[in-house]
Amino acid sequence: MPPWLDDLLWTYQNLVHALGVNGLLALSMYVVLAVGQLSLGQAAFMGLGAYSSALMTLKLKLPFLAVLPLSAVVPVLFALAIGVPTLRLSGVYLAIATIGLGEVLRAAYLNTDLLGGALGLSGIPERAETWMIYGLLALAILALWMVGRSRIGRGMEAMREDETAAQVMGVPVRRYKMGALLASAVLAGVAGCLSAHVSSFISPGEYGFEPAVTILSYALLGGIGTPLAPVLGAWVLTLLPELLRGISDVRLVVNGLIIVVAVLFLPNGLLALRMKRRAA
Amino acid sequence: MIAQQLVNGVLLGATYALFALGFTLMFGVLRVINLTYGFYFSAGALVALWLTRSLGWPIWAALPGAAVTAGGLAVVLDWLLLSRLRRIQAPELSSLMVTLGGVLALYSALTSWLGPDIRRLPPGVISSDAFEVGSIRITAAQLLILGATTVLVAALVALMRGTRLGLAIRAMAEKPDAAQLMGINTARAAATVSFLSGCLAGAGGVLIGLNFNAIHPYMGETMMLRGFVVIIVGGLGDIRGALLAGLALGVIEVLTAGYLSSGLKEAVAFLILVAVLWTRPAGLFGRAVIRRA
Repeated sequence: MPPWLDDLLWTYQNLVHALGVNGLLALSMYVVLAVGQLSLGQAAFMGLGAYSSALMTLKLKLPFLAVLPLSAVVPVLFALAIGVPTLRLSGVYLAIATIGLGEVLRAAYLNTDLLGGALGLSGIPERAETWMIYGLLALAILALWMVGRSRIGRGMEAMREDETAAQVMGVPVRRYKMGALLASAVLAGVAGCLSAHVSSFISPGEYGFEPAVTILSYALLGGIGTPLAPVLGAWVLTLLPELLRGISDVRLVVNGLIIVVAVLFLPNGLLALRMKRRAA
Repeated sequence: MIAQQLVNGVLLGATYALFALGFTLMFGVLRVINLTYGFYFSAGALVALWLTRSLGWPIWAALPGAAVTAGGLAVVLDWLLLSRLRRIQAPELSSLMVTLGGVLALYSALTSWLGPDIRRLPPGVISSDAFEVGSIRITAAQLLILGATTVLVAALVALMRGTRLGLAIRAMAEKPDAAQLMGINTARAAATVSFLSGCLAGAGGVLIGLNFNAIHPYMGETMMLRGFVVIIVGGLGDIRGALLAGLALGVIEVLTAGYLSSGLKEAVAFLILVAVLWTRPAGLFGRAVIRRA
């Protein structure tokens, strides 16, 4: 690696990591939106991944290569507990239950001594490497792209447009919804584990309501036509406050307004791409 | 001890019921989970704070003033965010997402304007005397909560059951298209419902602000978890259910804080939510809503 690139990466290390992690979070929102559901548990799943992986590293002294895949376990269990009862109901129930999950977990982190309370957990060894983050991001994009182009992807798009019609045509709607929610929990949990192991410090405030909505704004800015679009949305919204210093104070106001404008006026997102498929 | 806890619980539950009533009314008539709802709660409390501290209003005037301001805010935001989606009959998740983006922008703007600090009402805004009935103490703030909640709930029920406007609103909740065909001005009914709900949320904010004497921009956000629990346990859109579930939640929270740990309040509320979703998703009093194709 040439020295100037090394310097650049070192100077902007935090930003480089944030871009990768936020890309993964945007994908975790994308999978749920792609089946026409709305989950606001992404930040909560991320927090579960971050806290559980930090405990595995700090208390159980597990190696990082074991911690990384295990960090998906707790988020998946919570996703099951919430997904099974809500996914047979109309979409608002999943949204409500996942917002509630975020609120209750924040209170739980604040009140549990093992999890450091309001101070959070610090001294987490910085074991995640940049290549791991981007490797997983690339892998996730590739996997979602292949799923999107397959028969499953066609079913997902059909149920996003009209769930009843898709079900009548034989798309296993419940199974796809559950699969999407679990995939989303895995992606967010792993993203949480990675971010905890690059920043060495986690606290309850990072996984509350604001980050949950911010993750939605990534996906809505990009649009959900292809898996690449939400990642680009995440990158734009992560870079923007860095480039325009004036924006960083009102960053969350901008994120909120992006959601409003996107839903009201740009239903396909900024990148209104669609996946190319052969006629079946 | 237990009697005192029960009284405190019922009075806390009364504010939860008041808050959830507006939330469930909004859903029942407008068919939207309006996440900006918690913001009216914060707005009501902050307006009351300003009226009492800067203008020196007494609390009995500041409470309706704050409630009406919050109601007006609700009408404006409903028009800005939701009227367009209602016209094109957008899917429910679109309207949910719009209110989600809107509420993030609102809270962040409010916090960067006022700061995130906890504010307190001026001392003497309400008498700190307590009345003793047997071994039970009831503070003046709690009496105000009881009085205000009773009056507001009675007024709402009278409006919905006894007036033409209430009939129009109930017709719209039943079937908006048919209501419009019968000559009901649905846009005006929608604005009325937003106003009423905003008033209830604003009044709830003032009362909770009085009860705990802590007011900050994000107080509505933490309140929303209770709102969700109450409207789902009571059944979405069910006014009677929201009242009973609100009272029950208040009692359960106070008992949890008293006998287990105050840190478990949120966890218990959420466990109730998940348990109801598993067993009776339509709410304790509701009909089945499971989707079948």
